[in-house]
Amino acid sequence: MKTYQLPGVIIERDEDRCINCQVCVRQCAFGAHKVDEDGEVYGEDAKCVACQRCVTLCPTNALYIRDNTPFVKDNANWTAETQKYIWKQAETGGVLLTGMGNPKPYPIYWDHMLLNASQVTNPSIDPLREPMELRTYLGNKPDYVEIEVVDGEPVLKTRLAPQLKMKTPILFSAMSYGAVSYNACEALARASKELGTYWNTGEGGLHKNLYQYGPNTIVQVASGRFGVHSQYLDAAAAIEIKIGQGAKPGIGGHLPGEKVGSAVSQTRMIPVGSDALSPAPHHDIYSIEDLSQLIYSLKEATEYTKPISVKISAVHNVAAIASGIARAGADIIAVDGFRGGTGAAPTMIRDNVGIPIELAIAAIDTRLREEGIRNRASVVAAGGFRNSADVIKAIALGADAVYLGTAALVAMGCHVCQKCYTGKCNWGIATQDPYLEKRLNPDIAAERLYNMVRGWSHEIAEMLGGMGINALESLRGNRLHLRAVGLTREEMDVLGIQIAGSPMA
Amino acid sequence: MIINAKGMYYRNLNEKVREAVDSGEIDIKLVNVNGQRYIADAIDTPVNITIEGVPGNNLGAFMSGPVVVVTANGQDHIANTMNDGKIIVHGDAGDVLGYGMRGGKLFIKGDVGYRVGIHMKEYHDKVPVIVVGGTAQDFFGEYMAGGTLILLGLDTGSYDNDRIAGNYLATGMHGGVIYIRGRLEDYQLGKEVSQLELDGDDRAVVEKYVTEFADDMGLNAEEILAEEFIKIKPVSHRPYGNLYAY
Repeated sequence: MKTYQLPGVIIERDEDRCINCQVCVRQCAFGAHKVDEDGEVYGEDAKCVACQRCVTLCPTNALYIRDNTPFVKDNANWTAETQKYIWKQAETGGVLLTGMGNPKPYPIYWDHMLLNASQVTNPSIDPLREPMELRTYLGNKPDYVEIEVVDGEPVLKTRLAPQLKMKTPILFSAMSYGAVSYNACEALARASKELGTYWNTGEGGLHKNLYQYGPNTIVQVASGRFGVHSQYLDAAAAIEIKIGQGAKPGIGGHLPGEKVGSAVSQTRMIPVGSDALSPAPHHDIYSIEDLSQLIYSLKEATEYTKPISVKISAVHNVAAIASGIARAGADIIAVDGFRGGTGAAPTMIRDNVGIPIELAIAAIDTRLREEGIRNRASVVAAGGFRNSADVIKAIALGADAVYLGTAALVAMGCHVCQKCYTGKCNWGIATQDPYLEKRLNPDIAAERLYNMVRGWSHEIAEMLGGMGINALESLRGNRLHLRAVGLTREEMDVLGIQIAGSPMA
Repeated sequence: MIINAKGMYYRNLNEKVREAVDSGEIDIKLVNVNGQRYIADAIDTPVNITIEGVPGNNLGAFMSGPVVVVTANGQDHIANTMNDGKIIVHGDAGDVLGYGMRGGKLFIKGDVGYRVGIHMKEYHDKVPVIVVGGTAQDFFGEYMAGGTLILLGLDTGSYDNDRIAGNYLATGMHGGVIYIRGRLEDYQLGKEVSQLELDGDDRAVVEKYVTEFADDMGLNAEEILAEEFIKIKPVSHRPYGNLYAY
């Protein structure tokens, strides 16, 4: 069938600069650069996904990938994109598939919230010369602590629940081996160790070479239970029960058989080439009471030595659900907003289901405080955090820490082309093809991740000092330090913040 | 070693069981068990645990090695994500047994509830096996990705079911095999599977596990094997391969 889909981009090649070296041909797994009968390089626009790999590697800067969105006559409803989707489905009869997070122009509330700073009446702090505490502990905190005096020294009598101890309030999000390459997993693990934080295996199991990073690893138990056994649970610093993911709330996962090669098969413990299906629900969890049983069977399995996290997507009733999770015995509630990324999700679900993480954080923090159970579980927010300002605003809204997924991929080289589900990632990240995977050097990728988090942490310290605060703990849920611009009364009510210009008290 | 579970909170009971295992006890008997959850959870030492009474949910979750014998009925979630070992229940058991099980054996003498043996998977020599003596409710073997499920439909349970299995059997199945003693109506099956005759290899597998089951339960294997069995296998190991528009 002839396709009616028009190319959305155009490949421009500066013939004066091009030396016909064919780097672009070798670099493009999508086949957008070809060589003709005379040995001359040419481009096929329709195959280009705009990942910018060829542009970045072209030694003479001869390539440009430009927007070539087809012209649609006078129509804001039937855009080029809506027409393209219909053509694609008319030609295949399939479910539209995509990768990464929701790209639609929904409000980004981070950009409508501004941070406070000290002027005259209280001094700001210079983090370059004064101690600044970003140390974060995730886990259940006691309602009160009892202290007794032994030989004149105070001793903590209360037995504390297990905690994750981090140097910065930033963790790496769950990205499974299978969805991302082995080198990507190794880079995340190594960067976490260097940074004193944690990476998350996702539901794809833990590769045997990466068990050495167990003290910096959060392992996931999802509905497919891939690669879950007692050594896997023992190796980890914490265990996360995955209920939902921001990019696809309410639906399960599906790693196509093409991505299940021998190493992925070994780690997931399923035969080579078979589809890895994660059902939408855990069929042993139909209620908060059932969730509690999985939480406690994991606590029993690890003898109460590790925090148990429960990850959900931010949906309409998220605050009440979070309250149930805290009461079910979870030590950490991870909540993933509707801009959270994915290796593969149906486009309609990614773009239309769930709620923004900003509103979810505020709603959860408010609810848990009202119920007097905020100390029982830490809240980790995820879903499209772009920079340190987003992170510090999330903490002021009430999050304890933040998961980075897409930002971590971008640090490693991802250009958010949204083609992760094809397995042809030219940057060697979302692929299992050995030829593509080796493009991602784990030494360099780990360094890039380390550098990004180091930079963000410095910026957080600077902004914190500017507010006259020397410990991140003092900013947590301190929404007086946020002010709104361009939001409605209802939006400000849910966020629990005032309009810019209103006084501090 | 005998542990009296009467009136004991599950956390204390399981701590005592773990202590017994750590101290090198091989035969551990729990008496007066009455609904305590998570017994033998994640224990990876090959010990023998006998349970007198009804254990609570998640018996043998993440377990890897022990042989657990329950003299009465079991509850829900037995052998949840179990890795290795064997659980024998001399009575009926509840819902979602052997969820995501990847190795070892689960034998239930009587009837079982809904969603039993779902999402089991196998890898190389790790092949989980569940044998149910009585009948099963809906979604038996749902999402099954590997392993062996055997349903005998014997009148050994407490329910008077007129059908061996409920509906939606093996819905979404994409690996492994199910053997059923008797025939099912096609409407009881998920659309991803079909009913087949047994070949010689199948008969050897059925005979092996039914004989072991009968020995454990004090039943006559020859009588059980005298009836016809059918085999249920997925039509494709990629049931959802053509679902997406790339």
